[in-house]
Amino acid sequence: MKEYRTVAQIAGPLVFVEKTEPVGYSELVNIVTADGTVKRGQVLDTSDEIVVVQVFETTAGIGRDSGIRFTGETIKMPVGKDMLGRILSGGGKPIDGGPDIVPEKRLEITGAAINPYARAPPEDFIQTGISTIDGTNTLVRGQKLPIFSGSGLPHNDVALQIARQAKVPGSTEEFAVVFAAMGITREEANYFMADFEKTGALERSVVFLNLADDPAVERTITPRLALTTAEYLAFDLGYHVLVILTDMTNYCEALRQIGAAREEVPGRRGYPGYMYTDLASIYERAGIIKGVKGSVTQIPILTMPGDDITHPIPDLTGYITEGQIVVNRELHRKGIYPPINVLPSLSRLMNLGIGEGHTREDHKKVSDQLYAAYAEGNDLRGLVAIVGKDALSERDRMFLEFADLFEDRFVRQGLYEDRSIEETLELGWDLLATLPEEQLVRIDRELIHKYHPKYRKKAQG
Amino acid sequence: MDKAKEKRAHGALKRISGPVVTAVGLDAHMYDVVKVGNEELMGEVIKIQGEDIIIQVYEDTAGIRPGEPVENTGLSLAVELGPGLLTSIYDGIQRPLEVLVDRMGNFIERGVSAPGLSHEKKWEFVPAMKVGDDVKAGDILGTVQETNIVHKVMVPPRSKGGKIKEISGGSFTVDETICVLEDGTEIVMLQRWPVRVPRPVKAKLNPDIPLITGQRILDGLFPIAKGGTAAIPGPFGSGKTVTQQQLAKWSDAEIVVYIGCGERGNEMTEVLTEFPELEDPKTGKPLMERTVLIANTSNMPVAAREASVYTGITIAEYFRDMGYDVSLMADSTSRWAEAMREISSRLEEMPGEEGYPAYLAARLSEFYERAGRVIALNGMGGSVSVIGAVSPPGGDFSEPVTQNTLRIVKVFWALDAKLSQRRHFPAINWLNSYSLYLDSLNEWYDKEVSPEWNPLRAWAMGVLQKEAELQEIVQLVGSDALPDEEQITIEVARMIREIFLQQNAYDAVDTFCPMSKQYDMMNAIKHYADLARTAQTGGATPQQVIGITSKNELPQIKFIKDYEPALEKIMKDMEAEFDAMRAV
Ligand SMILES: Nc1ncnc2c1ncn2[C@@H]1O[C@H](COP(=O)(O)OP(=O)(O)OP(=O)(O)O)[C@@H](O)[C@H]1O
Ligand SMILES: [Mg+2]
Repeated sequence: MKEYRTVAQIAGPLVFVEKTEPVGYSELVNIVTADGTVKRGQVLDTSDEIVVVQVFETTAGIGRDSGIRFTGETIKMPVGKDMLGRILSGGGKPIDGGPDIVPEKRLEITGAAINPYARAPPEDFIQTGISTIDGTNTLVRGQKLPIFSGSGLPHNDVALQIARQAKVPGSTEEFAVVFAAMGITREEANYFMADFEKTGALERSVVFLNLADDPAVERTITPRLALTTAEYLAFDLGYHVLVILTDMTNYCEALRQIGAAREEVPGRRGYPGYMYTDLASIYERAGIIKGVKGSVTQIPILTMPGDDITHPIPDLTGYITEGQIVVNRELHRKGIYPPINVLPSLSRLMNLGIGEGHTREDHKKVSDQLYAAYAEGNDLRGLVAIVGKDALSERDRMFLEFADLFEDRFVRQGLYEDRSIEETLELGWDLLATLPEEQLVRIDRELIHKYHPKYRKKAQG
Repeated sequence: MDKAKEKRAHGALKRISGPVVTAVGLDAHMYDVVKVGNEELMGEVIKIQGEDIIIQVYEDTAGIRPGEPVENTGLSLAVELGPGLLTSIYDGIQRPLEVLVDRMGNFIERGVSAPGLSHEKKWEFVPAMKVGDDVKAGDILGTVQETNIVHKVMVPPRSKGGKIKEISGGSFTVDETICVLEDGTEIVMLQRWPVRVPRPVKAKLNPDIPLITGQRILDGLFPIAKGGTAAIPGPFGSGKTVTQQQLAKWSDAEIVVYIGCGERGNEMTEVLTEFPELEDPKTGKPLMERTVLIANTSNMPVAAREASVYTGITIAEYFRDMGYDVSLMADSTSRWAEAMREISSRLEEMPGEEGYPAYLAARLSEFYERAGRVIALNGMGGSVSVIGAVSPPGGDFSEPVTQNTLRIVKVFWALDAKLSQRRHFPAINWLNSYSLYLDSLNEWYDKEVSPEWNPLRAWAMGVLQKEAELQEIVQLVGSDALPDEEQITIEVARMIREIFLQQNAYDAVDTFCPMSKQYDMMNAIKHYADLARTAQTGGATPQQVIGITSKNELPQIKFIKDYEPALEKIMKDMEAEFDAMRAV
């Protein structure tokens, strides 16, 4: 392979190389520094005059004396059956002291888009054992459902609890887990690893670690390596795969850094204008394919800068994913775990995975009613702060109390408490029963007569 | 052979930067379709700068090198129009996704071209004209039963027309001649039309018939006319897609073109699985039979996303020209605008507001301008209604795409995260939304629904407006401090919101509400309001009036298909309760 020593300019993570033979767009590049270290990069722009290479590692050590080798192919990832149980770097190299992966295939890490015509609708209910998810923001197999959190909030606990408890009722198959860390601390990573080890999940996991002190640019490929692995496990080997990506905020910061280095016209708040498309090329890699056994379910985690849900990172994510689970600081302060605020949370695929034949016929309407009542009670809290409880009507007072009860009983649960969907729905009815029946306008009479505790007691008694 | 074409139809690549590539050594015109690289990826000329021909490529360009060949086809980006469009699902440049699965498996690889229509399939053509008839552009030569929809085979819009020399019925592919004119012109069923050029019409009419959607807040308060334009902006998760899908399902258009532009793959799958099972409330036939889908999802190439809206609207215009009422949904126009922005920034054009190209406003208005109620060239009346979703960053409507869109469209359905968070659906804000068609549609409502409908709507809007004012006071002093009369207003407004405005898209009955039921429901609420007012002036307390129990049954009406007896009973019970109140 030809080696060029024609570096013209180095700016941030970008190396400009001139006088090359034709180089392919997106091609993988090896850069050999004076001390013999090989760094990897990718072609961002190519012409017969200049080739722009984005380096995935620090550019320290790269200079005009470095050798540039264009590999003639785009970035591929070796995948194989023996990947389960392995720990790899954010760049895909084993870091657990084990042998190299025996490749059965080498796959393009950008991953082609699933043809929408080939997709099957995701509709298998995943029971996470967490009421605020199962009851009101149901996750289904093949969905991409991120956790929107803030720094210092227990999103890792929530993600781990999901990974521990997730099951499809009636199926004994366990999820394979692909875990990709991007820029998180060693301590956080250890927390995940310890839990995987404790529960035995590690054996059916593939872990990619790009930690806080690893090169930021590498973060832009870590999730793609993880998803390439997940797709292989799912669509080639037939596993149901749960992918946890954390923290997408660090990924986006890396994108911003590269954009700035390329002197691009920045979009909102300095993030690249193409961030939507870029994030979509990650998040859309979830789903089910008709006639193919496995599935890829994604739970990306991101911390909202300043707890601001309109910040471009959560905003663009929410526009792509199929809902979001929002972890809330106020609930956390109140000592409620999991501090999931159901109001801004949403699962768009919920309707496909619930109801008769999936969970229970009353599920949708119970959920709607819980939302409506909690939202109303929650609004009244603001009012009470101004006018005091006495100025409220009797009806308002009931809703106010409902909001407290909801947080205390429905939202709050133990770190290891694994509630069945029936338990969750019963709990919902118990809470709704504290309101007068005629306030339950979201539920039709028939279901009320069938499931409302008042009538059920009568029927039993 | 055309000498100019012969001269320099072949050039070579000079630069590749994502979806934008530069070629040299070839002659080209703007919007010519070119084949790029050894794999002959499809592209389109979008800028000419001296010797540099700048091309947007509709497929992934990874691995393509400078020096690879580029060939100019000399044609502009066009769609194939003819029998076979209905029930299809296409990508942004009209490649049938079903064919792509056959050709390259479950993932979309590149370098495969596939025509929009099947060129093998035979269709039964029934002539409507005979030898000797004079025809001109747009005239209907005959028909093909495409699905339950009759496909009208037309003389192409740019044809000179003439006297028919030969025409005969029978089984034909889209390429076979069905008619020969005296000057020797052979006419086939297939038409190719450049997507960036509107198809010609004879005249544009004023829209004065509503597109009935079965969605109460839309038909009832903010209707769109057939041939009208509407925008539906809202933050993520507020209900743009569900609303658009509701319109695609239940609106009384005859043809639906649904464009998934830079959105989710699963949403298209949902349409694909659901629509064949659902029945058109008007014809009883599967909804899929009247539908054309365009799916260029967020992870498919951005240049093809840019093209997808043009592909969609050209197909819509084609069916309009047959005399059909077509409705087109574009979800989301913001992703289209972003594709323009991305391409423009690769071209290193001078960015306008928030990085969007300076021509954003022009492109948006050109697109919406293609909507309208028209007299087609053949004299038939048809329409294209366009409903565009807008996805403003951070849900902030002051951004360029929303603002430029609102300057053009006549109907604004403002989605509101506050409503969706409390699961008030459709989460359309009744105070901010508007329809500029109200005046021109009044007459239709008078005639087709009831002369009382327009006053009833005005009354409901009045109550909702009043409620908003009262809520401000309530926020300061609590609801108990309001005068009796106003407490009742608050209750009536709540009924309008919860009974009339809220509509569950996922309930088998409530998902579609016929206009007559909308009228009955609003009328019932008004009836309660009138009874309440009389009782209150007669000395009843708000608690008494609000405590009427029979009115609590009203929300149930939504979920009952044959609701009339139940509604009648509620009305009687309400009257009885109020009578009893007076008696005490
Ligand atoms: N009319 C409705 N009836 C019942 N539920 C609805 C309705 N409209 C929206 N929803 C609920 O809101 C969710 C989000 O709606 P939708 O997917 O249409 O949002 P969106 O505005 O298109 O978001 P995005 O911009 O991210 O695509 C739906 O999954 C559904 O649960
Ligand atoms: Mg949407």
